[in-house]
Amino acid sequence: MAEVIVGKKACAVNPLKMSAPIGAALAFLGMDRALPLLHGSQGCTAFGLVLFVRHFRETIPLQTTAMSEVTTILGGLENVEQALLNIKKRANPALIGICSTGITEAKGDDVAGFLKLIRDKHPELEGTEVVFAPTPDFVGGFSDGWGKAVTAMIDALVPETTVRTPWQVNILAGCHLTPGDIEEIRETVEAFGLTPIILPDLSGSLDGHIPENFLPHTLGGTRVEDVREMGASALTIAIGEQMRPAAELLEKKTGVPCRVFDRLTGLAACDAFIALLADLSECEVPAKYRRQRSQLQDAMLDGHFYFGEQKVAIAAEPDLLFSLSHFFADMGATVACAIAPQDAPVLARVAADTVRIGDLGDFEQHAAGSDLLVTHSHGRQATARLGIPFWRAGLPTFDRLGVAHKVTVGYRGTRDLIFEVGNVFMEQLHAHEQHITPASLGSHSTVAAPAMDAPAGAGH
Amino acid sequence: MSALKQRIDSLLVEPGCATNQAKSDKARKEGCKKPLTPGAAAGGCAFDGAKIALQPVVDVAHLVHGPIACEGNSWDSRHVYSSGPQTYRTGFTTDMAEFDVIYGGEKRLYRAIKEIVDKVDPPAIFVYQTCLPAMIGDDIEGVCKAASERFGKPVIPVNAPGFAGSKNLGNKLGGEALLDHVVGTMEPDYTTDCDINLIGEYNVVGEFWQVKPLFDELGIRVLATFCGDARYKDIASSHRAKAAIMLCSQALINIARKMNERYDIPFFEGSFYGIADVSDCLRKISKLLVERGAPADLPARAEALIAREEARAWARLEHYKSRLAGKRVLLFTGGVKSWSVVSALQEVGMEIVGTSMRKSTQSDRAKVVEIMGTDAHMFDELPPREMYKMLKESKADVMLSGGRSQFVALKAKTPWVEINQERHHALAGYDGIVNLVAEIDKALYNPIWSQVKQPAPWEIEALEAKGAAHHG
Ligand code: SF4
Repeated sequence: MAEVIVGKKACAVNPLKMSAPIGAALAFLGMDRALPLLHGSQGCTAFGLVLFVRHFRETIPLQTTAMSEVTTILGGLENVEQALLNIKKRANPALIGICSTGITEAKGDDVAGFLKLIRDKHPELEGTEVVFAPTPDFVGGFSDGWGKAVTAMIDALVPETTVRTPWQVNILAGCHLTPGDIEEIRETVEAFGLTPIILPDLSGSLDGHIPENFLPHTLGGTRVEDVREMGASALTIAIGEQMRPAAELLEKKTGVPCRVFDRLTGLAACDAFIALLADLSECEVPAKYRRQRSQLQDAMLDGHFYFGEQKVAIAAEPDLLFSLSHFFADMGATVACAIAPQDAPVLARVAADTVRIGDLGDFEQHAAGSDLLVTHSHGRQATARLGIPFWRAGLPTFDRLGVAHKVTVGYRGTRDLIFEVGNVFMEQLHAHEQHITPASLGSHSTVAAPAMDAPAGAGH
Repeated sequence: MSALKQRIDSLLVEPGCATNQAKSDKARKEGCKKPLTPGAAAGGCAFDGAKIALQPVVDVAHLVHGPIACEGNSWDSRHVYSSGPQTYRTGFTTDMAEFDVIYGGEKRLYRAIKEIVDKVDPPAIFVYQTCLPAMIGDDIEGVCKAASERFGKPVIPVNAPGFAGSKNLGNKLGGEALLDHVVGTMEPDYTTDCDINLIGEYNVVGEFWQVKPLFDELGIRVLATFCGDARYKDIASSHRAKAAIMLCSQALINIARKMNERYDIPFFEGSFYGIADVSDCLRKISKLLVERGAPADLPARAEALIAREEARAWARLEHYKSRLAGKRVLLFTGGVKSWSVVSALQEVGMEIVGTSMRKSTQSDRAKVVEIMGTDAHMFDELPPREMYKMLKESKADVMLSGGRSQFVALKAKTPWVEINQERHHALAGYDGIVNLVAEIDKALYNPIWSQVKQPAPWEIEALEAKGAAHHG
């Protein structure tokens, strides 16, 4: 149980937090033939767009209602209307996801009401679903926006039904999962002969494929038709606590029971997931996963020398923070500093004594003295100043290649994670070795791990 | 009419602006504000523009007053360099919450300023207004004034909320903040007859340092840059300069013009991109300085420097000429002036397939026509879909653009070189153009292109089968 501490600062220093509207926009980007539309001034869209482009290294379709000072005061009905018509004409997407922003929420624009009026007036919008997620910039952060968009899609698109398809499973994917993670989850579910409907599915739209034509909307991702089928699934598996409200709404609407996995990284979590799929499908666990499980066990044995008693500082979105903290704790490391950009119920269960709601300024202050810094690319400055090794996790990671393809879930993902982080620790060990002198040995007694080539108790 | 509104209106009819000079009286009164098309707009907001212009002042704290969207989504994304202080790289924001929206954010802003004074103690704090606090009526001018008095240090309001207009307008609003509150408030330690200001030079990836040695060698002192690698004191005492060069098109024309009016600092418009342009700048500034009392031998010394540097640059470019001659380039630029890049690329024998004139002025257009002979290849907007089509059909061998359209080129399997704000290679000065050409060469001759364009074996088989079917 972690104590959650909320700071009293008036000034955020090096923000960790990103806004809710762009979180919602990213969720809409996980839909096929979709175009997210931010209802606000154009700068908000431009910033979000640049952020995603830098992280995913992809073109990002994102639009704005381009509110000016005057239209903000008058109300945004006309701008929303014009935007929808323009987008329909130019891109003809299957789905437009509207995310409100700080100014349009503070003004009190009734977007849901606008949409009714606009739909009545413009039959030409037929064939394009329009889903609205209310996401004021001044409430919550990125993952809250993501969750709201998914909830809004379930609310708007899933009809009530009593039909059940026993081999169909819903997967509600949190924003801490990479496209690579989602791919891994899909393959695992399919390996049991089950058909997953994944919402949202960034692995289809932002996995770096090369399209035949240049499209003004997403290509790949969850199809609107599939969302309509979600009510017929046997089970909903939500990954990340941020998806719980969406899963519960789906259950309330359709009676599909839900199971929330707070993480899919780590042996126990993966075991529970695989066992559930085996139960559901009444299938044997495929040999592939038995093998991967044993590889993970071996990785844990090999890796634990380097993780044991290391002090780690993490700053990340709530579900990612939760997952990473337990990953490190599982391997014997201590999370000495945990920072989240905004509050969330899952924070109380983070594997650390305290979790601070704060920024990278707080991170830098409280991470001093730890052995590893873990956060997104903006941690570069802190790592340079503190001289502590840095391992990047989360969005935005703009100074590394291949972040979309990184896999951190499942037996295989956990195994690779142990190797990746373990190597960072191991490198430090070797760096330290160079400074060992007879004198230093006298004064120091804490040697973190045996040398790599002498694995104690490996049974050779 | 609000003060901000008045200010915007006056900027939109800026008499120094070439576009405005060409307009009729009536058209000029209407200003040049184009309403954006909802659902078909792209680009940054006025706040973004103001921040771009001012953030390169490296020793001050830049505090963004607003909800998390404005700073949280954008900080630490520009590669402007500092030769010393790093304060400008820290993202400060009030991160307004619901409470502040309901009760007003002024108290929070004041406390945020105090926290920065206590912890960082910079020579000044710039406070940026954004849409939400502007809408609920937070008086940042008032808060800044109070804080300034209370803490005994300049706290400068930058009133450029995003919804006021475009990035370009934001540049100018940022400039106005300097004119109102900073310029002329301090005195330089000493002055010389060769003190100049550079207006619109942001030191992107250290470009200012590529040209500074040239001025140094001539004994010309850059008193202040607006605002690349600038210190607060430089800007505050910049009114003692003898002359100024305005760079980067018209972004900060208001600073150049008003400093000319108020402090009698003559200026001309120049560019550090392209060999001829750099030389032109050095010639003009030397002449201007002599008129203002600098030693009479300055132009002659400048000529000697120009001759030496041009010869050196040409010698370095020689290597690329045979490799790049006849290669077709598509230019899609925002920040760097189109015509200066056009002339630079023509210097090595490249062919310009097209150039965008977005954000360019009438005189920019005229210059492109002058260089290229015709305006047939200019376009104002090129939607990504068409850009992609052009590239896919191999109408161009390489594309130069800002980062946002890079994937249009890459997905069309076309070499791409970055030339805007986010670029990692410095393009200014005599070395800059060599760097640009080297980058183009590096991109064009990378062996990946022939590989990625090769279809998969089974695709070839399928194509052949299809071909056979057609013929049979
Ligand atoms: S448009 Fe307004 S709210 Fe959006 S980023 Fe710009 S200043 Fe901030």
